[in-house]
Amino acid sequence: MALTRDQIAQRVARELQDGYYVNLGIGIPTLVANFIPEGMEVMLQSENGLLGMGPYPTEAELDADMINAGKETVTAAKGAAIFNSAESFAMIRGGHVDLTVLGAFEVDQNGSIASYMIPGKLVKGMGGAMDLVAGAQNIIVTMTHANKHGQSKLLEACTLPLTGVDCVKKIVSDLAVIEVKDGAFHLLERAPGVSIEEIQEKTAGKLVVNGDVPEMVF
Amino acid sequence: MAGFDKVVNSYEEAMAGLEDGMTIIAGGFGLCGIPEGLIAQMVKMGKKELTIVSNNCGVDDFGLGLLLHDRQIKKMVSSYVGENALFEKQLLNGELEVELTPQGTLAEKMRAGGAGIPAFYTATGVGTPVADGKEVKQFNGRDYIMEESITGEFAIVRAWKADRYGNLVFRHTAMNFNPMAATAGKITVVEAEEIVEPGELEPSEIHTPGIYVNRVIKANFEKRIERRTVRQD
Repeated sequence: MALTRDQIAQRVARELQDGYYVNLGIGIPTLVANFIPEGMEVMLQSENGLLGMGPYPTEAELDADMINAGKETVTAAKGAAIFNSAESFAMIRGGHVDLTVLGAFEVDQNGSIASYMIPGKLVKGMGGAMDLVAGAQNIIVTMTHANKHGQSKLLEACTLPLTGVDCVKKIVSDLAVIEVKDGAFHLLERAPGVSIEEIQEKTAGKLVVNGDVPEMVF
Repeated sequence: MAGFDKVVNSYEEAMAGLEDGMTIIAGGFGLCGIPEGLIAQMVKMGKKELTIVSNNCGVDDFGLGLLLHDRQIKKMVSSYVGENALFEKQLLNGELEVELTPQGTLAEKMRAGGAGIPAFYTATGVGTPVADGKEVKQFNGRDYIMEESITGEFAIVRAWKADRYGNLVFRHTAMNFNPMAATAGKITVVEAEEIVEPGELEPSEIHTPGIYVNRVIKANFEKRIERRTVRQD
């Protein structure tokens, strides 16, 4: 069975470490915040200028001046800091953010990522994604392994305009956990009941399989 | 003698000198922290062929999106646009030009512009369409592209508290691009929720020193929320 969106987020959350500063992109990455292990301290960075993002506000707490990078109303967690956009990207570009989780249209076996533009469709912009992939110490991509038409999104070389070059370290897809290194996709774990053959079939780039690949447990 | 008193009492005074073809640097992220009244005044003045440097372009009926109705904008320099149908239409018609700029690069372009730094190198955008036509230079074995800074004839800024000397404090995440925008305008105009007397703001808690600010006007903001998300308690 392919993983649900929540399960992908749950699996990504196992990559968190106590004391991590983490930037979560829009979509599935945002869900990772729901699975931070009990007792672990993780500080969420929102690139519009908030370090220490809290939950959504109650009706009573709602404040138009408190939003996240997805323009949703949020709260500040205890110990949060608020700062300007240049400061926010100094953290990101200076390599101070421990982990960035974001979505993608395509990733290739060298770790390049395409996530912001499909030619022929309206281009809305890259927002902070190019800065994040250029600056983060560790980048995990969440995505479905193949598109709606069954075509692989894990390629030998990206076909769409790039967001960043040689930067993705890990992919958590609906089928597998994959490490990207040495010019190949290395299969680390597979979704429960998903065969290595199916993952192989849906991975267009070079896939390295070493021995028995464990199934994820939820 | 006005001395350091930057306070003006009308929007006409606040935006006096705005002409066709000028570049305006605007603070704000989405609809958060935007100088609503100054934008409204720009709509009223009807100046055209404007270049607007702002992270986003508002929505159809609020914020910078209002400048699209009478086709006042020639070019947008932004990281993320297209939250409005009119924007999309004018872009596809070729009536509007957009220079998509990574958000951190945009913030740094304003900051550097205001600090007298004409250009800087960044790893952001290397190997992507953003790098097209830009100088690439290696430092410590890694490629960086050269990005030029930005200044404008005007900067429009929204603050929480301003004193008469133009010292500013921003509120929560309404800060965003406002402090950088404030430094990058030849004429920097600030709309503030509250204007206080010099000495009332704690000097060490001022976000933007008054030296960057030319005009201050008191405003009442609508503060529209773009994505209202709440939790049940």
